Amino acid sequence: MDYYFQMKDLAVGYHKQPLIHDININIEKGEIVTLIGPNGSGKSTILKSITRQLELIGGRVYIASRDLQGLSYKTLSTEMAVVLTERIRPELMTCHDIVATGRYPYTGRLGVLSREDEDKVDQAMKAVHAVELGGRDFNAISDGQRQRVLLARAICQEPDMIILDEPTSFLDIRHKLDLLSILRSMAKEKGITVVMSLHEIDLAQKIADKIICVKGEQISHYGVPEEIFKEEIIRDLYEINNGFYDPVFGSIELPRPEGEPKVFVISGAGSGIPVYRSLQKEGIPFAAGILYTNDIDYRLAKELAAQTVTEQPFSDISKETYEQALALMKKCQRVIVTDVPEGTCNHRLFDLIKEARRLGMA
Amino acid sequence: MERSTENTSFHMENFRRRSRYAVVFIGLIFAFCLITVLNINTGSVHISVPDIFKIIFTKSGDATAYNIIWKIRFPRILMAAILGGGLSLSGFLLQTFFSNPIAGPFVLGISSGAKMMVALTMIVFLQRFHVVSSYTLVVAAFIGSLISVAFILLFSRRLHSMATLLVAGIMIGYICSAITDFVITFAEDSDIVNLHGWSQGSFSGMSWSNVQVSAIIIGITFLILFFMAKPIGAFQLGEAYAQSMGVNIKVFKIALILLSSILSGCVTAFAGPISFVGIAVPHLVKLALKTARPLVVIPGVFLGGAVFCMMCDLIARMAFSPLELNISTVTSIFGAPVVIVMMLRKKGRQA
Repeated sequence: MDYYFQMKDLAVGYHKQPLIHDININIEKGEIVTLIGPNGSGKSTILKSITRQLELIGGRVYIASRDLQGLSYKTLSTEMAVVLTERIRPELMTCHDIVATGRYPYTGRLGVLSREDEDKVDQAMKAVHAVELGGRDFNAISDGQRQRVLLARAICQEPDMIILDEPTSFLDIRHKLDLLSILRSMAKEKGITVVMSLHEIDLAQKIADKIICVKGEQISHYGVPEEIFKEEIIRDLYEINNGFYDPVFGSIELPRPEGEPKVFVISGAGSGIPVYRSLQKEGIPFAAGILYTNDIDYRLAKELAAQTVTEQPFSDISKETYEQALALMKKCQRVIVTDVPEGTCNHRLFDLIKEARRLGMA
Repeated sequence: MERSTENTSFHMENFRRRSRYAVVFIGLIFAFCLITVLNINTGSVHISVPDIFKIIFTKSGDATAYNIIWKIRFPRILMAAILGGGLSLSGFLLQTFFSNPIAGPFVLGISSGAKMMVALTMIVFLQRFHVVSSYTLVVAAFIGSLISVAFILLFSRRLHSMATLLVAGIMIGYICSAITDFVITFAEDSDIVNLHGWSQGSFSGMSWSNVQVSAIIIGITFLILFFMAKPIGAFQLGEAYAQSMGVNIKVFKIALILLSSILSGCVTAFAGPISFVGIAVPHLVKLALKTARPLVVIPGVFLGGAVFCMMCDLIARMAFSPLELNISTVTSIFGAPVVIVMMLRKKGRQA
């Protein structure tokens, strides 16, 4: 049993009423575990319970083989640091002061920082690229900057474990990536265990070692991202019925325009994607072809096109496929031809383009 | 190279801050001394400066003048200082507790709760035993403070908006004052006539034994608070963060409420309810120090409150001498505008 953090038959909730129960999760040291799930599913409730802000309704939590409930707050503070969603509005405190509060467990009775403490504060600020914010008033900086400062605060608490509740909300893309790569390197280089909730499932897929899906009364799934990020699981978890989720890239798409295809798009190797998107925005149903099933266009056409004519990868386009595409094309009102690269086996596609031009459709 | 420049910048910043604290504290101490001298020197009976020095340092001189200085003016000055400091600290604690800059013992009805219990206790004790000790009154005031706080906490669980909480506090204050007025009106004992002046807030008629009792109570509370500066600082980031830094929130919150009630109870027991000191002084002190760090703010607020109340008392005594104003009349004139400006600035920042 060399798990660092364990939840055993844990039940969490408010006012003695369990919201989620039978949580059994084992986390190894240095792992990044991400909670995903719809709004209000109880991600924050779980995080609040394992940080002792909420009383446990049932079960046990162990941190380094010690019962969480039995630890003193002081001991826990050297073990675990938090970054919370709740807004803080401290009075007259600079960002440096906020980060310095992370040294609390290590300073003396009056909380005066030693030279060493100050160095650690500086290092933490540097780690999150927030050195230039040091002298600014914490209330006068942007939400994204605040999030980084709070992360620096947690880092300089020198915990073995950091718990973050939706740390990427309010952050722009660059700072999201920044924050996650900081967490990644902390986990891998310093062996700090990270447990966090994320809204961005695409990011969760890319950063987490393990994923916890929170839905309803139980943990619906728990496992490595490869197991979790499947279309059915995600669709079911978030009850997506008005769009698509692509597990390969973790991207989401709006629903396809319904109806008989009006436009036939001839494309390949990514040249069709912008066309599909603009047709979708206009609400025009379209057909796509002829696409190899390993073509990047195919991944999107599958979700967005009303009909798609496909061919097996790396083979010549067959006569039948060509006929099928031609028939479908003739039913459409117009044809859009994109810049398709010509190769040795897709010459029938160019026959199709010629035919479209002859018919005056393209 | 890089390291050294960073360290110097950190040292520069710390140096700047510490010099600022030093300037503010020196200023406050200077003001304290100045107002003490003015307070001793002024009064309805004129005593010349050489005489005052003679009385203070040789403890001899004209008997009437001696009594005025030692038995009336000195205890009163000291009480204004001790109680003013205590009251301001109590305000600072309540502001921290409710994380609201306009919380204070008077606004939240805590002073009025203490006043009510003191009035009731006085009447009962004076009728039964004809005496009532300072300690009894302090305990009564403490219980009264706790009753009001209990109601406020009850409301604060249901009312999450700070504005409604303040309204609730003001209402509690009115109810307590109404009960006090009711009891005073129907009390017959002539001693209770004194209650009327006291229930409006005043530093007059303080004795050395009063000074002793309040110095002990407020002195000890101050020391405890000074050593609680660290958790108070953590609490300024909110309960959840404070807990994650190792503060036992339940114990801490109870301690904070008890200590602020002891302070406001003690002040009310001796000087009656005094308005606005608890809000205005912490705000001004934080503004002057440019920090909310409890380690410096706690002594700063105490000293600032002492200076503020001594100054207000001087004005209360001298403005329309020989008529004396209620202390709250003066503290309101100076304190209320501070609160208004504070609220306006806060609104402006949010917008």
